[in-house]
Amino acid sequence: MAGLSLDLIALQLFAGLALGAIYVLFAIGLSLIFGMLTVVNFAHGAFYMVGAYVGLYLISLGGNFWLCLVAVPLVIGLFGLAVERLLIRPLYGRGIDYPLLLTFGLSYVMVECVRIAFGKTGYPFDTPEILQGAVNIGVGYFPLYRLFVIGATAAVLLALWLFLERTSFGLIIRAGARDPQIVRVLGVDISRVWLIVFGIGTAIAGFAGLLAAPLQGVIPEMGGTILAEAFVVTVVGGMGSIGGAVLAGLLVGVVISMTSLFAPEMAKVSIFALMAIVLIVRPQGFFGRAGLLS
Amino acid sequence: MTRKVTRAGSISRRRLLTTASGGAVLAASPFRINLLQAQEAPIKIGFPVPLTGPYGAEAQDQVRAGQLAVAQFNDAGGLNGRKAELVVRDDKLNPGEAATRTLELVEKEKVNFVVGSLSAAVQLAINNVTKERGIIFNSISQSDAINEAADFSKYTFHEALNPHMTAGAVGRYAFANFGKKVAFLTADYAYGHEMVRGFLEVGKQFNIENLGDIRHPLGTTDYSTLLPRLQALKPDILCISNFGRDQQIVLKQATDFGVKKSIQIIAPLLSHASRVAAGAQAFEGVVGGCSFYWGIEDKFASTKAFNDAFRKMYDGKLPTDYGALGYGGVRTVLEAVKNAGTVETDKVVAALEALKYDYYKGPQYYRKCDHQSVQSVLVIKSKSKDMKNDSDVFEVLSTEEPSEKNLRTCEALGHRS
Repeated sequence: MAGLSLDLIALQLFAGLALGAIYVLFAIGLSLIFGMLTVVNFAHGAFYMVGAYVGLYLISLGGNFWLCLVAVPLVIGLFGLAVERLLIRPLYGRGIDYPLLLTFGLSYVMVECVRIAFGKTGYPFDTPEILQGAVNIGVGYFPLYRLFVIGATAAVLLALWLFLERTSFGLIIRAGARDPQIVRVLGVDISRVWLIVFGIGTAIAGFAGLLAAPLQGVIPEMGGTILAEAFVVTVVGGMGSIGGAVLAGLLVGVVISMTSLFAPEMAKVSIFALMAIVLIVRPQGFFGRAGLLS
Repeated sequence: MTRKVTRAGSISRRRLLTTASGGAVLAASPFRINLLQAQEAPIKIGFPVPLTGPYGAEAQDQVRAGQLAVAQFNDAGGLNGRKAELVVRDDKLNPGEAATRTLELVEKEKVNFVVGSLSAAVQLAINNVTKERGIIFNSISQSDAINEAADFSKYTFHEALNPHMTAGAVGRYAFANFGKKVAFLTADYAYGHEMVRGFLEVGKQFNIENLGDIRHPLGTTDYSTLLPRLQALKPDILCISNFGRDQQIVLKQATDFGVKKSIQIIAPLLSHASRVAAGAQAFEGVVGGCSFYWGIEDKFASTKAFNDAFRKMYDGKLPTDYGALGYGGVRTVLEAVKNAGTVETDKVVAALEALKYDYYKGPQYYRKCDHQSVQSVLVIKSKSKDMKNDSDVFEVLSTEEPSEKNLRTCEALGHRS
């Protein structure tokens, strides 16, 4: 095919990073929960989907998109707190399979509830007016909204980093991830820490769902596809590593975008090929700690 | 949806009790007289469609309109008092599931006819079962292969358009009006491939320049990595051949990328239900084809009558393109039954072949060699302004009148002339 230029390659690279930003946002919540709680949250995609539906519902009540950016993570975070407290907490100490099966089942229940409440067919979700259209980024035109998503992802990452590294509560979370026993001995209520971590993780999932809604509309099954891709991201980045999730998310975006340029049929497979290669060379992923799953 | 699917062998005690008590009430009520009158079993029409999955919205409309055709037949007295019944099954958009459900419809439900399907691949699976059992199947979904000698049997009818007709009509309009440089973005399965073949075929007459065809897997949710490449090709026309949710997402994202500023987007088929699900913004200005649009009611009395009956039955809702096919598919079979005066397969086949009908969109008939319904194709454009109601979504740009010229010849399909 004709028309291959340097500008196009640069634009394609940028599209890959923008796509990666969505993966990053989805995967950090997953990675955070796994790293701290060793819970493989299979309901993460469902929280993401419910986030989009809550946004849709709030807007239909007369709210606007900017309000949703605050309200949706709050609502989904509270929902996450309830799920941890009532469903996941009784399963701690019983091995990794129990919460995995529970969240797997929970995702089906959530999808089915949304189907009952909102119907099986999707809804449109309009891009907020001032973020519509494309802008020239030097190498070509790029949708303004996708630039906004990159910015929002960066903001969430920064806030999360400050929270974990610069606050005393963050210190407790990091200590709890390393050795919950010692933290408990020091008189810290570790179950409260886990509760809050799960809440934050699900809040970010809801936020990601809201951001994805204007890109592809809203449908009960929207969490399924991204969950599979996000697991690739967390495995490549190293299970439980937030830094790894960021790097791997961007890398996966770029790999998809570059394969799309030269062999579009292979784009979907390419990320699994990437995962296979990384696993052969470095089984724990980029920044993974060995032995977390054992 | 009007009918729930109960799994075989799972009759619970509660269900048994309900049925038994229902029977007792019925036996003691005036309905008994009706039951005695209709001693003959009803005429059963099996109706496998993908109620769950990405084409669910379209499938539900097929069922609604199919029910309407049955209700009209029954209200008019049926076949000398013998009533018809639609037996709906969910094929989940899966050829294996569809084959199993169809077999079940034939063997257990003892259906007289099968009408349905909504996928190029699934209808072939249904057709395989029905042609082996010698049951009439009227397909209401697009496919080129079903007309070809290898898949065809005398029991196979095709009420829907096929990709050759659809792409032909849209191509003739678009290549004459929007330019000759064309790029393609295509769902990588039978439907997409058949559509592109149709566009390239008609493109020969217009000397179009094919700049390239990018294929994407079914069920893609992000096209941001494919769109810059297509824009860099600088086509006059971007032809996007996919369906359902894929179509909704790609049009939304193409709008965001500003593709529409310099490029005319066309699609072989614009689905009414998808347009409603994706919103006006995403589809705005896109040109495509369809078999039916309710708005042609000022042109055809049959359309007006169908719309009114549908509105009456479903609280003012208007029928969609795929809904109309469900209606047409069931009604043609039932009218043929009436004309033949029997449900005997061979006589109904002959009656269907003899049918010259106008039930919802102007004149139609089944071509003798491949049982393809010869009919009009509408070229439509999606609008975002001056909409009179929720269903006022398209503007009809041109109508390709029914003509065998627009079909592949019987010889090309492998039929003996």
